[in-house]
Amino acid sequence: MDLLVGQLFTGLSTGSILLLAALGLSLTFGQMGVINMAHGEFIMAGCYTAYVTQQVVGDAGASLLIALPIGFLVGGTMGLILEALLIRHLYHRPLDTLLVTFGVGLVLQQVARDVFGAPAVNVTVPEALRGGVDLLGTTVPKTRLFIMALAIVAVAAVTLVLRFTPAGRRIRAVVGNRDLAETAGISSRTVDAGTFFIGSGLAGVAGVALTLIGSTSPTTGQSYLVDAFLVVVAGGMGRIKGAVVAAVALGATQAVFETYSTASLAKVGVFVVIVIFLQLRPQGLFTLRTRSLA
Amino acid sequence: MNRFFETRLGAWTGFAAAALVLFGAAPLILSGFRLGLLAQFICYAIVAVGIGLAWGRGGMLTLGQGVFFGMGAYLMAMHMKMADAEFRNGAGSVPDFMELAGIRELPAYWAPFASPVFTIAAILILPTAFAVLLGLAVFKRRVKGAYFAILSQALAGAFAILLIGQQSMGGFNGLSRFRYFFGYNLADPINQRMLYFIAAGVLLVVVALALQLRRSRYGELLVAVRDAEERVRFLGYDAANIKVVAYATAALFASVAGAIFVPVVGIISPASIGIVPSIMFILGVAIGGRASLVGPVVGALAVAWAQTALSEQFPSAWTYAQGLLFIVVIALLPGGIASIPAVAKRFRKGPVTVEAAA
Amino acid sequence: MPQRFKFPARDFARTLAATTAVTALVATAACGSRAGEETVATESCVDTSGDTIKVGALNSLSGTMAISETTVRDAIYMAIDEINAAGGVLDKEIEIVAEDGASEPTIFAEKAEKLIREDCTAAVFGGWTSASRKAMLPVFEDNDSLLYYPVQYEGLEASENIFYTGATTNQQIIPALDYLAETGVKSIYLVGSDYVFPRTANAIINAYAEAHGIEVLGEDYVTLGSTEFSTIVNQVKSAGADAVFNTLNGDSNVAFFREYSNVGLTADQMPVMSVSIAEEEVGGIGIENIEGQLAAWNYYQTVESPANTTFVEAFKAEYGADRVTSDPMEAAYNSVYLWAATVEKAGSFAVADVQAAADGVSFESPEGTVVIDGDNHHVSKTARIGEINADGLLYTVWESEGAIEPDPFLEGYDWAADLSVTE
Repeated sequence: MDLLVGQLFTGLSTGSILLLAALGLSLTFGQMGVINMAHGEFIMAGCYTAYVTQQVVGDAGASLLIALPIGFLVGGTMGLILEALLIRHLYHRPLDTLLVTFGVGLVLQQVARDVFGAPAVNVTVPEALRGGVDLLGTTVPKTRLFIMALAIVAVAAVTLVLRFTPAGRRIRAVVGNRDLAETAGISSRTVDAGTFFIGSGLAGVAGVALTLIGSTSPTTGQSYLVDAFLVVVAGGMGRIKGAVVAAVALGATQAVFETYSTASLAKVGVFVVIVIFLQLRPQGLFTLRTRSLA
Repeated sequence: MNRFFETRLGAWTGFAAAALVLFGAAPLILSGFRLGLLAQFICYAIVAVGIGLAWGRGGMLTLGQGVFFGMGAYLMAMHMKMADAEFRNGAGSVPDFMELAGIRELPAYWAPFASPVFTIAAILILPTAFAVLLGLAVFKRRVKGAYFAILSQALAGAFAILLIGQQSMGGFNGLSRFRYFFGYNLADPINQRMLYFIAAGVLLVVVALALQLRRSRYGELLVAVRDAEERVRFLGYDAANIKVVAYATAALFASVAGAIFVPVVGIISPASIGIVPSIMFILGVAIGGRASLVGPVVGALAVAWAQTALSEQFPSAWTYAQGLLFIVVIALLPGGIASIPAVAKRFRKGPVTVEAAA
Repeated sequence: MPQRFKFPARDFARTLAATTAVTALVATAACGSRAGEETVATESCVDTSGDTIKVGALNSLSGTMAISETTVRDAIYMAIDEINAAGGVLDKEIEIVAEDGASEPTIFAEKAEKLIREDCTAAVFGGWTSASRKAMLPVFEDNDSLLYYPVQYEGLEASENIFYTGATTNQQIIPALDYLAETGVKSIYLVGSDYVFPRTANAIINAYAEAHGIEVLGEDYVTLGSTEFSTIVNQVKSAGADAVFNTLNGDSNVAFFREYSNVGLTADQMPVMSVSIAEEEVGGIGIENIEGQLAAWNYYQTVESPANTTFVEAFKAEYGADRVTSDPMEAAYNSVYLWAATVEKAGSFAVADVQAAADGVSFESPEGTVVIDGDNHHVSKTARIGEINADGLLYTVWESEGAIEPDPFLEGYDWAADLSVTE
């Protein structure tokens, strides 16, 4: 029984990690159709932001709180630069964007290696987040509760921005129909840049948070990337709701497979589930009805 | 110049020249070690021809060719391990790495690979059939573009992880320490050269097949699907089937390349077939020119050569170079090296149609 | 009914038939010896006429393993510099040809072949993962050359062409189990990365546990590089074993120990015995997460011996005071000295002479005297259990009585009889 509750929680927790990593992607890939393979490296940049902040600030708790907004800015700025220099010129060539950003990712990884060295660095977990809380008979690590809370906050923030701000309205207009939005006087170029800034910023935030549970090394981002993409594919284009449901579902699937077989087979199992799922709903969980052909 | 090679006579001349270089000049000039390296690079080039077909002509960015490359390689490796075991301890005995892993009984799925005929058939059929099934599942539901790319990439990741977990397939270490290739001793330099000839021959075959596909009516349909899938569908064709054929052909080429790679290099492990190696297959194709016939071959050979040469001197610089190549070539020169003459002409004379890329 | 498209099948068949025939013809014309026939081993091209002798250093300088392997390379360079400063080997200066293994087994095989056949090196030092060693082994055997491999590994191997200067299982894992049994551990939980070393190690641990009345409460594997440990740590916690035996590799350790201390497990309640965490890795995991936990190696920076004092001082002087020394580095350092001593004893660089002279060659190393066993090409080593202290270093809490003779196939242990067959 304890184990079952533990697994349930693990599913939620894994899901929230996936969600944090995928939320930014869901914006950039989902809203703009741009596959940013460097998204993982933006997460990595967030990890190192947390590391550097901690080196400067010293106190683990304070530095975490400071690093979260800085991580957002670092990730966002990197995204903005990438968008302006490369992606903007490749909007009509989505597959090429994928390869170009993969190249960017390779370069960023090597930069991290040259600046911070190849070995993993340690980001100290704040005293307040160490240890666990007893919940329904199992011990739940506080770091994971923090990440779940952060994921909920991030989703809420993105939803609020999209729904209730003028900028969000413009973003939704461009997603719904780019040409029509432009006709209505919306500068799709500005909207694209803004969306990319937010999406990449979220990657930075995810990176800061992930230092609480994982290691910080040049290849950190890579390990989250494929799973994050699967979340977006399964969730459906342009749907934050889809990303949330898909992330939790994938997390739970992984946890269940892991309990009854090995962690390796769990990865394979998740892939099979997704291919079968796409047979049923090729456009993902929640589809955005547009009038475009393809 | 380009026109000439598109004629029948031109094609024959091209093949004759290539054969002369591969079978005549290369073995004369290169040392045994360098010739072995070239054979290894040729295996990558064979994969590249398939990718050129699926991606350049068909618009399917397959980021998971490592899966099919790996299938061919592992199937061949299984046969070679079985043959080793049989030669040392008699028929039906357990390959050496299994003994070390504590596996005493030969797993049932290994047994048929004692037969060379079965192995070759498996190398040709299994990956192709898998590609057809997967292709039908994906393309019939009109999953395409980025979705397909990501799925194929996830597949490569899942396949590598699956193999790492299988101790009876060598696990993380993979399969290595082969002694004989269909009865020929691999330590003998003459036999190593034979392997090179086989690789070179297969490369020519694969290029010839790709050429015929391009020239056929099917080849035109494939390009049509790439450029306007809906219109092809409106004309009454099933676009999914057209794509599946190209995807399966690319899988077949990759599998054959993998099967040759194993005796040439002497090891296959999950590290050679996962997500990153699969994307690296793409790099050569992009540089050479995805939509051209020989572009992918030249590109793959050039990238592999550059990697060996550069990484010997500047290991970290090579990673930068790789990244920058991806960025510069794909962003600025989507047609690859093959498009340079056309691009140059456009500069001189104003617009000329360049073989567009998907 | 969709329109059908014609696949150029007949053209295909024609091309295939014609080219296959030609290739088959060329290939068979160029065929060499068949299975069972003796092949002429490629002549060694090592040049011993000049004032210098070339050796290869083959480590990953790029890719995931670069973290660890660059430190090994530093140690190899230092040993060679020292030997050169003392007059070289057989009065010849050692010249290093360096290559990057790029963390990929195929590249290791390729570069090993280059070092032997193109650069004509007398011996090669390097390799880390078992995958890289397994990839290089046939290359060194086929070309009859020498590899010195400096990392602890899963045993069950002995090649004429490889010298193993790291620990085999009976010099690391079995002493670790002995130590746990001595301290009264009655049940253990096994956690490892999913590849050959943890699997083999755990097979040995299971056999040991059965023979010594220790209960194995669980055995879990994660994919290499995985950072998702909540399931496993929950299972470890609810199983309530006396100790955990950890064969995780690399970054996974970071996530594991964080999760471990987060659910409230400590070294006092349930100590973790690790076999892949050395001085280099402690910093990345964070001392607060791992303080008090145990590790099993043959060498720590804190080992007290005159040879080690010199070694540590020289290393810090060469590469910086903030650097630490670790077991694989020390084993790599030893491997160079062992090779040089063997060559001096043989009076020759030739592979056959080195192999013949190897038995009994010894070196006063930082970990103590190490002696080559001529039968299995491993070296005798002292096993040490270390505890991780707040300063990030490991301190010996237990050590074996003298050096342990290498036994890669565990032939001296009755309970291990079922584990493997000798070659």
